[in-house]
Amino acid sequence: MEILYLLIPLSLVLVLLIAVAFWWAVRSGQFDDFEGPAHRIIADDDSAP
Amino acid sequence: MTSSLTATFNYKVVRQFAIMTVVWGIVGMLVGVVIAAQLLWPEFLTGISWLSYGRLRPLHTNAVIFAFGGCALFATSYYCVQRTCQVRLFCGPLASFTFWGWQAVILLAAITLPMGFTFGKEYAELEWPIKLLIAVVWVAYAIVFFGTIFLRKTPHIYVANWFYGAFILTVAILHIVNSAGVPVSLWPMKSYPVYAGVQDAMVQWWYGHNAVGFFLTAGFLGIMYYFVPKQAGRPIYSYRLSVVHFWALIFTYMWAGPHHLHYTALPDWTQSLGMLFSLVLLAPSWGGMINGIMTLSGAWHKLRTDPILKFMIVSLSFYGMSTFEGPMMSIKTVNALSHYTDWTIGHVHSGALGWVAFISIGAIYYLVPRMFGKSEMFSTRLITAHFWIATVGVVFYIASMWIAGVMQGLMWRATNPDGTLTYAFVEGVKATYPFYAIRLLGGVLFLVGMLIMAYNVIRTAGGGKAVEAPIPSAAPAAA
Repeated sequence: MEILYLLIPLSLVLVLLIAVAFWWAVRSGQFDDFEGPAHRIIADDDSAP
Repeated sequence: MTSSLTATFNYKVVRQFAIMTVVWGIVGMLVGVVIAAQLLWPEFLTGISWLSYGRLRPLHTNAVIFAFGGCALFATSYYCVQRTCQVRLFCGPLASFTFWGWQAVILLAAITLPMGFTFGKEYAELEWPIKLLIAVVWVAYAIVFFGTIFLRKTPHIYVANWFYGAFILTVAILHIVNSAGVPVSLWPMKSYPVYAGVQDAMVQWWYGHNAVGFFLTAGFLGIMYYFVPKQAGRPIYSYRLSVVHFWALIFTYMWAGPHHLHYTALPDWTQSLGMLFSLVLLAPSWGGMINGIMTLSGAWHKLRTDPILKFMIVSLSFYGMSTFEGPMMSIKTVNALSHYTDWTIGHVHSGALGWVAFISIGAIYYLVPRMFGKSEMFSTRLITAHFWIATVGVVFYIASMWIAGVMQGLMWRATNPDGTLTYAFVEGVKATYPFYAIRLLGGVLFLVGMLIMAYNVIRTAGGGKAVEAPIPSAAPAAA
C-alpha cells in the first residue's frame, strides 16, 4: 500500500492548511459576530429593479 | 465606460451558466433515461456502437455531475460571491473564459465518450487533453472566485463562500492526483494511470468519494447557505452552527473513500478507517441539514405558497436521508449486503436527484427572473407542477432501486443446506426486471419536470432584458 505514503501526507498537509485558514479566520475577526452576517445577506436587496 | 463597469455586478456570466444548467440538465437526464431504457429493453439501440450502454453511462454521469451540477455551481457561486462581497466579479474576461472553457470541456466529453475514448476511471473518464483543459479552466475559476473574495467590500466572508472556496480548492487537488497518467498518443487519445492495482483503486475512491464530498456536497451546501435564506427571506437558523458545520465537514471528510472498497484487496484497517470516518460524517451533515430546514422555523406557511422553497426544503430532507443512508451503507456488515447491488444506485440518486438537483433547480428558479429584470418566474403554477412531478419521479426511482437492491443482495447470498447457491445470477436479474420499469418511469418523470422548467425559463427570459444590477454600496460612493 505504497499509495498511502502519498495520500496520508497529502491529507496531513491539507489539514495543516485548513488549520492555518481557521487560525487566520479566528485572528482576523471572522467569527466575532455570529448574528450580523446572517442578517446582512437578507438586507441586501437583489430583487429586479 | 470604466465607471459603468465598476458600478454593476457581472450578471452576464451568471446568466450564461444558469441557462446552460437547464440545457445540460435536460441532456444529461435524457441520456440517463436512454440507459435506463436499455436496462429494461437490452435490444434498444443495439448495433450502434456510439449509443451502447458502456459508452452512454459515463456520458450520463459526466453530463449530470459536471455539466448540469457544474454549471449550477458556477452560476450560483459567481452570484453569491458578488452579492455577499458587494463587488463586481474579479477579471471579467477570465470569468468569460471559465464559461466558454467549461462548455468546451462538456462538448468534448459529449463527443469523445460515445466514440469510446476513456481513461477508464469512474467519474474521471475524460482523456488527457480534456483533463488538461479542465485543469486550466479550474485554475481560472479559482482566480476569479478568490480574486473577488480578496477585493470584497465587506470585511466578513459569508459562510457560503467558505463552502464554495473549499469545493474549488479541493476539486483541483483531487483532479490532479487522480488524473496523474502517462499520455501515449494524442490521436487516438490514450493515456495510462501512473498507479496500478489496489493502489489505483485506493486513489480512485479517494478521488471518487471526495468528489462526492466536495463537488456534490460542499459546493451545493454553498448554494443552500445562500439561496435558502434568500428565498425564505429569513437569516439562516444558526450562523454559529453553519460555521461549525463548515469546519467539521472539511476537517473530517478526506478519508471516507475506502468504504467503496470493502472486502477487496485493500488492507482491512484501511477499510475500517474509511468506515469510521464515514460514520463520523453523519454529525456535521445532519447539523447542516437541521440548520437549513430550521431556517423556516416560524415561517412554515411559506412552504404552502412558494414552490421554489418547496424544492429547497425537500432537497434538504433528501440531504438528511442520503447522509444517514451513506454512513449506514459504509458499515461493513451492511455493505456486505448492499455492495454491487442496485441499492447503491438508489442511494446515489437519492443524493443526486433529491439533494443536488433539487437545490440547484431551486437556486436557478431564484436566479433566472433576476437575470432578466423580472420580479418572478413566468408561471408559479408550472414551478409547482415541476416540483410534484419531480418529487414523484425521485420517489419511484429510489424506492424501486432500494427494493431491487435489497432483493438482489439477499438472493446472491442465499445458500442451500448443502452449501450451494440457491439462485443463479440470472434469476436475480429476472426478479429485478419490473423494478427497472419503475425506475425508468421515475427517470422519465424527472426529465419531464426539467422540460417544464425549460419552457418556464424561456418564457421568463423572452421579452425580458439582460440586466446588470448596480452594486448597492458603490452607488452612494459615486453620488
